[in-house]
Amino acid sequence: MQQRKSVCLGMMLAAAVAMPALAQQAPVKIGMVTTLSGPGGYLGQDIRDAFKLAIDMNGGKLGGAPVELVVEDDALKPGQGKQIAEKMLKTDGIKIMTGIVFSNVAGATVPDIVDAGALYVSPNAAPSNFAGKECNENYFVVSWQNDSLHESAGQHATNLGYKKAFILAPNYQAGKDALAGFKRLFKGEVVGEVYTRLDQTDFAPEMAQIRSANPDVVFQFHPGGLGIAFLRQYQQAGLLGKTPMVLAEPSLDATTLKAVGDAALGLSVTAHWNTDFDNASNKAFVEAFTKAYNRVPTYYASQGYDTALAIASALKATGGKADVPALRKALAKADFQSVRGAFKFGPNQHPVQDWYALKVEKGADGAPVLKTQGKVLSNHSDAYAKDCKL
Amino acid sequence: MTLVLEQLLNGLQFGVMLFLLAAGLTLIFGIMGVINLAHGSLYMVGAYAAAFAAAQTGSVIIAIIAGLAAAAIVGMAMELFVLRRLYARDHLDQVLATFALILIFNQSVTLLFGRQPLFVSVPPALNGSIELLPGLTYPIYRLIIIAVGLAVALGLYLLINRTRIGMLVRAGATHREMVRALGVDIRLLYTAVFGLGALLAGLAGLMAGPILAVQVGMGEQILIMTFVVVVIGGVGSIRGAFFGALLVGLVDTVLRAFLPGLLRQVMTGSEADALGAGLASMGIYMLMAVVLLVRPKGLFPANV
Repeated sequence: MQQRKSVCLGMMLAAAVAMPALAQQAPVKIGMVTTLSGPGGYLGQDIRDAFKLAIDMNGGKLGGAPVELVVEDDALKPGQGKQIAEKMLKTDGIKIMTGIVFSNVAGATVPDIVDAGALYVSPNAAPSNFAGKECNENYFVVSWQNDSLHESAGQHATNLGYKKAFILAPNYQAGKDALAGFKRLFKGEVVGEVYTRLDQTDFAPEMAQIRSANPDVVFQFHPGGLGIAFLRQYQQAGLLGKTPMVLAEPSLDATTLKAVGDAALGLSVTAHWNTDFDNASNKAFVEAFTKAYNRVPTYYASQGYDTALAIASALKATGGKADVPALRKALAKADFQSVRGAFKFGPNQHPVQDWYALKVEKGADGAPVLKTQGKVLSNHSDAYAKDCKL
Repeated sequence: MTLVLEQLLNGLQFGVMLFLLAAGLTLIFGIMGVINLAHGSLYMVGAYAAAFAAAQTGSVIIAIIAGLAAAAIVGMAMELFVLRRLYARDHLDQVLATFALILIFNQSVTLLFGRQPLFVSVPPALNGSIELLPGLTYPIYRLIIIAVGLAVALGLYLLINRTRIGMLVRAGATHREMVRALGVDIRLLYTAVFGLGALLAGLAGLMAGPILAVQVGMGEQILIMTFVVVVIGGVGSIRGAFFGALLVGLVDTVLRAFLPGLLRQVMTGSEADALGAGLASMGIYMLMAVVLLVRPKGLFPANV
């Protein structure tokens, strides 16, 4: 009996592996709750590093105001994200928050932040439930609304003339948004729809289902380590040469690409940003990031950087005061040079932006890189903006 | 029909991986009475060591040796320096200490290798699929995993039931005090069993490398399932671990593969998918609950 009780205790503890990391305090404190450990750890790391880079490039300041970043790891656990946010809001009195990578963490954490009167500027997750009726004046998204990321993939698959699609995503808010987004702009038939688990690493059963459904195209959304495992197993199952795949950027970021290697050649990807975008802000960012961290920035990094620039533009307008109503007003103008080029906020304070088709090709050094092909969607907002009354 | 067969093979392959981890966990738990939460870390150590060796040397043999050796050495060091002090303590202390080990291992690996997952390619000779039946192709590498797992199961069966060490292990699992009273060097036995468990975890880790992403925290994802296997099979029983692992692997795979399809017959597509996915991920835990109701000591208890 004693033994079994202990096994249960063990299981509970094992399910709660957590490693908070602390940073020190600063003049204008910006709280960053992000995912730094576990399979999704590199996503948060890139957001944090790019955000830090923006601060470092301006001599420790954003918009002329000295800032310091307080970073903590949510370990992809909604409960932990909520706790950290509470502590940052109440104990540290932080007024500007950012950083959350995963929509399930955002779902638990963001309402507390905005209800406490603090500003939340999302560098990544933007679940559908916060974009429409539940939108909030203190909630800004610099990245994209979840659905629109995958709407671009749906549009691209339609443009490429595919008729039968098999679609997969993990069973959580962003996964549901992904499939809903893809289906919204995909004109063909969806022959199979599968929800995987967010902690799943072996996709063999799904590969068998794909093979038996025999679609024209596969669309899948698996961020971080999941995407690497998925693509590799897709290749091992002999599907890669047979059934083309259309993806949105999170399933094939620079890190995934490096891990998957030549197997990824020819894959179609859609994104709002790419390393090869030809604008001054992006060139400066890619060069500085590569120099500082000795790796290619992922699109998570670009979003972290843009978020820092957005917050900088607001701080500049308020003269470095963390006065939320004034910051909010300044932020809504989006007065900064985004690395993706044209950028503005829609009525629900989510981006209105262009989406591009990318293709994996061999780069100059022989390693596969993402090359921008052309526009898929112009000035694209999201499906929920009309329900938002701010 | 071929789809069903392929899914059964997938379930078998998953079950075999779970068995390699559960065998060590159940032995350590059954014989020493220690709950080793850090067992998943040994799996991670095996995967990282093999991935690192493969990247440095490009040799499959060296990668295999490195993975096995690293896991076994780290495992035995863990027993010598940490767990040995905890045998007399109660389970809460052991759980806390091994939980701390998980954090230490994860953070050390992050410091050494960074947060980006590592990439290991399948050995070229094993890369590809073969046609088992008309219409049923299956990756060779996964077949090898199944074969290795079954061979290890057979080897363990012979080791436990036919050798002197096995006799001591069995005796240790059922009558620990008596073994000690008979003058057996129980400390050496403990270290050896721990090393063996770690070796098997490392083997699972290094074989998983080319299929899954080698990343920090990979051990915890599979550890919970492994505990379920140990509970279903019966604590301390290798045979229980084997059948428990196959059962869990098959049930989990089959539910995931077919439940949404079945539900789609009675409700609309997206609801069926969401409900099916939810029920499928609960499946093995419901199985565990049922097994505990019917056979509270598991299917094949070691000490009846």
